Parts: sequence; structure tokens; C-alpha cells
Amino acid sequence: MPIELKMPALSPTMEEGTLARWLVKEGDSVSAGDVLAEIETDKATMEFESIDEGTVGKILIPEGTENVKVGTLIAVLTGEDEDASAIPAQAAKAEAPEEDHKAAESGAPKGDAPSGTDQLAASATPAVDPEIPAGTNMIKLTVREALRDAMAEEMRLDERVFVMGEEVAEYQGAYKVTQGLLEEFGPRRVIDTPITEYGFAGIGTGAAMGGLRPVVEFMTFNFAMQAIDHIVNSAAKTNYMSGGQMRIPIVFRGPNGAASRVAAQHSQNFAPWYANVPGLVVIAPYDASDAKGLLKAAIRSDDPVVFLENELVYGRSFELAQLDDHVLPIGKARIVREGKDVTIVSYSIAVGLALEAAETLVGEGIDAEVLDLRTLRPLDREAILTSLAKTNRLIIAEEGWPTCSIASEVAAICMEDGFDNLDAPVLRVCNEDVPLPYAANLEAMALIDADRIVEAARKVCYR
Amino acid sequence: MQQTFEQQRRYETGEAELLTFYEQMLLIRRFEEKAGQLYGLGLIGGFCHLYIGQEAVAIGLQSALDNEKDSVITGYRDHGHMLAYGIDPKIIMAELTGRLAGISKGKGGSMHMFSTEHKFYGGHGIVGAQVPLGGGLALAHQYRDDGGLCLAYFGDGAANQGQVYETFNMASLWKLPIVFAIENNQYAMGTAVRRSSAETEFYRRGTAFRIPGMQVNGMDVLEVRQAAEVAFAHVRAGKGPVLMELETYRYRGHSMSDPAKYRTREEVQEVREKSDPIEGAKADLLRLGVSEDRLKEIDKRIRAAVTESADFAESSPEPGADELYTDVLVGSY
Repeated sequence: MPIELKMPALSPTMEEGTLARWLVKEGDSVSAGDVLAEIETDKATMEFESIDEGTVGKILIPEGTENVKVGTLIAVLTGEDEDASAIPAQAAKAEAPEEDHKAAESGAPKGDAPSGTDQLAASATPAVDPEIPAGTNMIKLTVREALRDAMAEEMRLDERVFVMGEEVAEYQGAYKVTQGLLEEFGPRRVIDTPITEYGFAGIGTGAAMGGLRPVVEFMTFNFAMQAIDHIVNSAAKTNYMSGGQMRIPIVFRGPNGAASRVAAQHSQNFAPWYANVPGLVVIAPYDASDAKGLLKAAIRSDDPVVFLENELVYGRSFELAQLDDHVLPIGKARIVREGKDVTIVSYSIAVGLALEAAETLVGEGIDAEVLDLRTLRPLDREAILTSLAKTNRLIIAEEGWPTCSIASEVAAICMEDGFDNLDAPVLRVCNEDVPLPYAANLEAMALIDADRIVEAARKVCYR
Repeated sequence: MQQTFEQQRRYETGEAELLTFYEQMLLIRRFEEKAGQLYGLGLIGGFCHLYIGQEAVAIGLQSALDNEKDSVITGYRDHGHMLAYGIDPKIIMAELTGRLAGISKGKGGSMHMFSTEHKFYGGHGIVGAQVPLGGGLALAHQYRDDGGLCLAYFGDGAANQGQVYETFNMASLWKLPIVFAIENNQYAMGTAVRRSSAETEFYRRGTAFRIPGMQVNGMDVLEVRQAAEVAFAHVRAGKGPVLMELETYRYRGHSMSDPAKYRTREEVQEVREKSDPIEGAKADLLRLGVSEDRLKEIDKRIRAAVTESADFAESSPEPGADELYTDVLVGSY
């Protein structure tokens, strides 16, 4: 039997990749462990090794092919006394890579419960940002590219801006967010650090005290727990404690929230932790336009900013206005879908779920408004209360724990200042209150999904 | 480097400069004594860590700085380092009493004082935090290529914090212009060095990171100054960080609330009698032919300045209620 070689998933979130280079050619014999090809993923260039021995019968995807879906047949190995004659039929199959690549990616057997983060992958597109003038040329960009462009543009404008963190330079970013920056700006301004979060968060903060404008990348915010002392005690409080003498213009950024199948220590939304601290600005954008416009604003801010991204959103593409200087206001929420029956307040990845839920609700005659908070501190109370006054019903969709959450804070705001406008209790739709489990079915049970948002919306509409 | 230092351990200077050192050290001593009194009267609250006994360290090191370029950062025992810059004692004392005229508008207190004008970056309350922050200041010097260095002080207690070694690693790797100055006053709060540290010779602690160390008598201002000359020259030459251990002693408790029962009265007395930095400088001055009368005159002048600062700190107003919400964020969003 010929052995089928399929495009491998080389990271938990990889959906497709570039087949950068074949290191073998048809007719070569290979043994287990031989490197067959180089595959570029969303995070890195990886070597694809053979786990069997045989002869390379047929190469089906030529090198240099981009966007090869995970699970696509890329080559066939033949064993002894086999030839490649049976291959063309299979090759045809490879041209249509619409297989269930997600199952292949997560390794979950087909038919079982989808992995929890699959449900987060709903990528409904929000309405165009109302602040963009009509007629502006729109381009499509991934969130990852938008973030990189924001940094690159600000680095071109301001010599004081530099990027530091683990793997940001030569590796091109653990999640490729800093791709290309080293090449353009050099090692002085794109600094690889050792694995030493507490130390480099402190060094970054000190550099900000010394007049620079650091962008400190955490590989994920889970690791920033080692550095939270500097974020909170050194960066957030010092301006106040110095009577306004000590400016700390720094951005701490990186992926936050649940990733895919990496279990509890690598899957947490820290937004409520940072949003609790006076002296910090906390931003958590959803789409590419907000990611770019708000990261540029964050870098220009004279305050310390915690900028929470989401690994599962990095690869999503969104429309983005092509402007010379796309900067968005910090502290302003955005209505991403207008509606009149119920408000769904959300931020980050859950905005996609809220939009998906809103589409489902249309079929039930419920017209939901989706409000993306975008900035979590300072929170746009006015936008929340204005939407509540319009719909009289409000739920909060948050990919994170419910206890002491942003959802809790929004509920409190509605109670304190929006009580007279409420026709139903405010409901929180969050993850389950447990450390995130690894098993695909349990992960799915633990994480927020669109169905739960729909259910809560029905409830507050008394349906 | 230690060898260079061994060849000449004491800084050679004339009467004028030594008199300045003497006066600065004496100002710190008298200021801190007064702060202790005001604390006892309830005019200073919270924690208040006095620098009495350690004066030669701040004066010896900071007198060697280029104040146009160099930056300084330290922990919470920071009054002495502020005074070493010649910052008006009135606004330092007013910070201790929590008044609007204080250098941090009364919002920082004893542990959190800053003067960006003098490139003095605090004044940090979390033990050891100032070390990576200092690394960042040094990175800024290097990034801008401004020729400056950062002098980062920390204690023997902070020397056991993990972030200190994270910073050693990066500072050495990147050849940052930073001088790590460990003020070893023998006690981390109530815990003697030998009870908390596997390696009690702190100047050796940079070895694994290829950071040269210097062991310095922190009770002799001229020795500290000479060591600073050697260390700063090394750093300014682009050779990366230096670790200085300055052996010193604090006469008072860790903070005002510390009864210091972990050591004997005799131990303190012996240091005071044998190696007091101010008495040492005084002896040097007398040897140089400065008269007792002249020294008494200096003492009198300092006492007057300190009394004036205490009066000011006591009588100046507390911050207004409007200050509660200022300086939280710089921007308005």
C-alpha cells in the first residue's frame, strides 16, 4: 500500500501552511527521520520528517504552494515492489482540500464533539467601523498582519519605539506577529530576550522610564504572570506615586485567552486582572481594523497599556480601511451590529460568537445589537448604557471565567446607572468556572459558544 | 578590576572635596535623625527606612557620576540618595510627612521618591524591582548612545531575588552600561546575611554571568569613591556591567517599626565606634589640617537646614482633594 503524506498540522492553531521547499524528489528513497520538506506555518518554518521508509512515488503539491490546507495529500511514498501508477486518482482528491481539516488538526476523531476552540473559530465579520469615511479603499488583512503593520508604522514614525520579547526577532515571532521587523529595523530595535519574563518586563518598564517607548511582547499572557509585578507595581503605579513625574509609555502585548487544546496553564483570559488596576489602559480588540488602529494608539499613549490579543483570531482576515494613519480612539466601544431587541456586550474573540449568535437570533425574530468594548479600561460606560437604553435588555458574552469578570463589571454598571432601562435581568455568558480541560469534549463544554449566547438572549427576551 | 582597585584603594583628593563629602554625609545623618523624631511624633506614617550608617555609600558613588548623563535608581531606603543630589531637604521631608510640597506631591511617601530632573528614578517599594528597572534605564542609555550609565542600588536582601539574576544575565549579554551596587548592610530586615545567603560574599554573585565584582569598604567614603572611579571607567568603556559589593551597616532598625532584637547593642556600638563613615571623614579632615571649629560650623549649618526642613514639612499643607484623581493616567480617553 502506498503511504499517503498529508499536510501536517504543526501548531495547535494551524489551518493551512506554505509548502516552502521539498528536500526530496520523486524516486528518492527515504528512511524514517529523513526531512522531506520545509513547511511554513502561521508561527514558524518547520521541517516535515518521514516516519516511514520507502520511495518518494509522487509529489502532488509543488514547492512554493501557499495556503495548503492541513490534511491535503501532498505526496505519496511507495514501498518495495510498488509503483506510483495508482496515484493520479488520489491526486485528484488532493486538488479539493475541503476535507475536515479541523479534525485532522486537533487529532480529534471525526463525529465526536468539536474541540472547544473550534466553536470560538466562528468568524463572522462585523460591520465596517463607522469612523471610516465612505468611499475609502478597503483591503483584506489578517489580524496578525494588522498588528505587525501597526508596530512597523509606529517604528518608522518614532525612533524611540522598539520591540522586545522572546523570539520576536530572528524567529520572526512565536506567532509571527513580528514577522519582518528585524529585517527592516535591525537588532537594536527588535530585541530577542532570554526566557525571563519578570526580568524583561522590568527592563522594558525601566526603558520607558528612561524615555523610550517599548513594545514588550509576551509569548502569551499566561507567561506574563511572572511579570505581573512590573506591570502592576512598576508600570501602573509609578506615575501616581511620583506625583506625575514618571511617565511609563509602554505597551505589553501578546495573545491572551484560551488557545486550542493546551489545557489550563496555557488558556486563561487575564483581562479582568489588568482591568482591575488603576494606572493601566487595557485594550482587547477583535478585528484587524481595531487591532491596528488601537495598537497604534497604544504605542502613542503616554500611559502603560496592556494589549490583549487572541491567538485564535490572528489568522482571521478582515476588511481594513486603507489609510495613511489608521489610529482609533482608546476608551471607545463600537457597535458592530445594530439591533433593537437585546444588547450583546462583548470583546475579543467572543465578538465573533456574539455576531454568529445575532445571525441565529434573526431567524427567531430577535434583533440583537452587538457592542464590542474594544477597550476594557477605561470602560466605555456611556456606550453600554446608551445601547441598554435602546434595547432594554443586555447580556455579556465573554471568553473567560464569570467570577469577577468584565461581564460582572458591565452588569454592575447596568445596575447602578441603567436600572430604570432594564426590562430583564442582565445575564453573563462566560466560560465554565473551571480550569480549562485538555480533553476535546470537556474543553468544548467549558468554553463559551454561540448557542449559549443565543440561549441567554432568548431568556432576557422571555422567549 | 579588583586588582586595579587594590593598587589604590582610596581616592586622592584635597580638603575642599572631602569637606563636601563630609557635609553631604552629615546632612543625611542629621536629616535621618530628624525623620526618626518626626516619625516618633506621628508626623511621618507608614514605613520609614533610615540610611544612618550607610552614608558613605551614596556619597562615594554618586559623587563620581556625570549628572548630565547618568541615572540612578534604588529601593525604598532612598532618602540618602535624594539628598546626595543636593535636592532641597525641605521637599524631601515634606514628602515624608505627606504634604503637597513633597517631591511626589505627598502621594509616594518615604519609599517612593523621584526626581526625573536629576535623573533619579526612585524610590521603589518592591524588593529587587529596581534592578531590572535599572537595566531598562541602562538599555535606554545604550539605545540612545548618550554615554550615560545607570547606577542601580539594592541590598543584601534584594540580592536573593530571582529578577536580579535575570537582569544580570541580560545586562551582561547585552553589555548594558550599568553598575550594580549591593549595599550589604548585613541584615535583610531581621535576617542576618549568613542566615539567608548561601554565598555571603555578594561581589562573587555576578561570576556566573561574567560580571566582574568588587569588594568595597562601604564605611569609607574615599574608598567607595575610588572603587566608583574604577567601576564607572569599566562600564563607560563599553565593557558591560560591574557588580560592586559595598559592605556597610545600618545603625537603626530595618524600618522605624523594627526594634532590632536580632542583634546586640554591643554589635552596633562597635561599628559606630570603629568604623563610622562620618567620624572617619572627620579624622581625615583633621589630618589635613581642617580645624575643629570649622567642622562645628558645618554641623551647625546643617542642623539649621534640617530644622528648617522639618518645620516646613510640618507646616506645609496636605494635598487637596483634587489631587486624589490626578496623575492616575497621563492621557484622557
